[in-house]
Amino acid sequence: MLCDVCKCNDATVFLTQILEGKMQKVNLCDSCSKEKGVQDPTGFALADLLLGIGAAEEIEKGAPTQKCTVCGFTQADFKKTGRLGCSACYITFSEGLGSLLKAMHKGTEHIGKLPQRAHREIELADRMRTLTHDLQKAVAEENYESAAALRDQIKQLETQSATSPR
Amino acid sequence: MKFANVIAAGGEWLRGEGPHHQIVISSRVRLARNLRHRSFPGWAKKTERTQVLELIKPRVEELPEMQDSFSELLQDLSALEKQVLVERHLISREHAAKSVGSAVIMNRRQTLSIMVNEEDHLRMQSIRSGLQLKNAFKLVDKVDSTLEGKLDFAYDPRLGYLTACPTNVGTGMRASAMLHLPGLVLSEMINQVIQAVNKIGLAVRGLYGEGTEAMGNLFQISNQTTLGEKEEEIVSRLSKVIETIIEKEHDARQMLIQKKSNTLWDQIGRAYGVLTFAHAMTSKEALNLLSIIKLGVDLGAFPEDRRLPIDELFIDTQPAHLQKSSQQKLNAEERDELRAQIIRERLRVFPKPDISKVARESTGNGTSSEPTHNE
Ligand SMILES: [Zn+2]
Ligand SMILES: [Zn+2]
Repeated sequence: MLCDVCKCNDATVFLTQILEGKMQKVNLCDSCSKEKGVQDPTGFALADLLLGIGAAEEIEKGAPTQKCTVCGFTQADFKKTGRLGCSACYITFSEGLGSLLKAMHKGTEHIGKLPQRAHREIELADRMRTLTHDLQKAVAEENYESAAALRDQIKQLETQSATSPR
Repeated sequence: MKFANVIAAGGEWLRGEGPHHQIVISSRVRLARNLRHRSFPGWAKKTERTQVLELIKPRVEELPEMQDSFSELLQDLSALEKQVLVERHLISREHAAKSVGSAVIMNRRQTLSIMVNEEDHLRMQSIRSGLQLKNAFKLVDKVDSTLEGKLDFAYDPRLGYLTACPTNVGTGMRASAMLHLPGLVLSEMINQVIQAVNKIGLAVRGLYGEGTEAMGNLFQISNQTTLGEKEEEIVSRLSKVIETIIEKEHDARQMLIQKKSNTLWDQIGRAYGVLTFAHAMTSKEALNLLSIIKLGVDLGAFPEDRRLPIDELFIDTQPAHLQKSSQQKLNAEERDELRAQIIRERLRVFPKPDISKVARESTGNGTSSEPTHNE
């Protein structure tokens, strides 16, 4: 059996992973397995490998000409390295990354830990929703005094969330 | 703390006192974190990498967990020193290749090691002896919580922590354990176990090589995915699977004692003979033979107080450790000679294997005398 990467040497390392219920097999020769870091237990994930073999095309479909406005990274760079340029790249290339992440991971949404700051932002968003609702009600009831107070609160909240970017 | 102290201290996990330490050498949990809107290390220009390093390093050094720490810029470490840290699993191979703009900070006990500007801005890892994934997670989790108050970590409410490689996005967590599984290898059941574990989305691979080719019968098992599952769930799922593997390893050992005892004693006797008398030994041969002696200690063929010297040899016979102790650069041939010499010296006071002391049945595990047919 030939190596999936170089397609010339005999495969000596065989890897299996279940992705979306489908069994994926990757067969590698000795030198490719070394190059791909299969033998470095600290850094290796099979998905990494699949990334190099097929999945990089996924991201290309999503954003053929796009460039990250924050770091200048392009999809061509991703194809080369299998790594992204900065955290904002996740937004720039979100379309292509979506299917990639879906194929790679157990789920598509994070349900674990988030920084405390994230919880504060979610609270702010909740509070904003309540205030907006109250404001509409106050206006409808022609209660201008409380409407003005609510507008002030909303403004204040807006500056608060602006200083802590998403 | 100086590099010489790192070498001398040895580190907690090398002493092997944790739960299930006979089979589980060490447990590790690492978290990947990045600063918002800063280019990831692989994409950043040198100046930007240095800026990020200057932001992060002081925050890490002032952690209460990092009092009396070892903190060094990668360009200030020699190639040999970096390699020593790799052999002790304190930094990754990838990090060892870094120079200007990267750093490593670790505590005295070597239970916590933090890499700055590896593939991500921060790679925080806790390493503990034996099966202690939960404790390892607790430590890095605490450090992460402290640091998030001082550094602006990149995250997305839907995708979680954002990492350079999409395979780490979400929790940014990789939990792993290093297992010593000579019983499963000798009884040729290892590939079956590897496949069963792969099927449930966990990765098993030889520490140096694959399947039955794994050097020293050492295997690493870890989670493959990081998105869509809570940290605690990943850790407990992995711990449960490891406990099952421990049982299977015990069963395999009992099966060998009952059904293939002559092969087993032959292996132990040969390992003892070669290690005691050889004058040249490759790293691979040393690991494989030391593994068999370690199994002999587990089974009672050697006294329990011989365990530590064997465990130490696993690390001390690695190429960089050899050269560090001899204070010079050695070629492969010289290394093999020195390796054999060190092993001979340490084994000089080692008693001959005594198979009459082998426990025929360990209490608790695998009560049947039949080989277990799994799946
Ligand atoms: Zn190949
Ligand atoms: Zn970017």
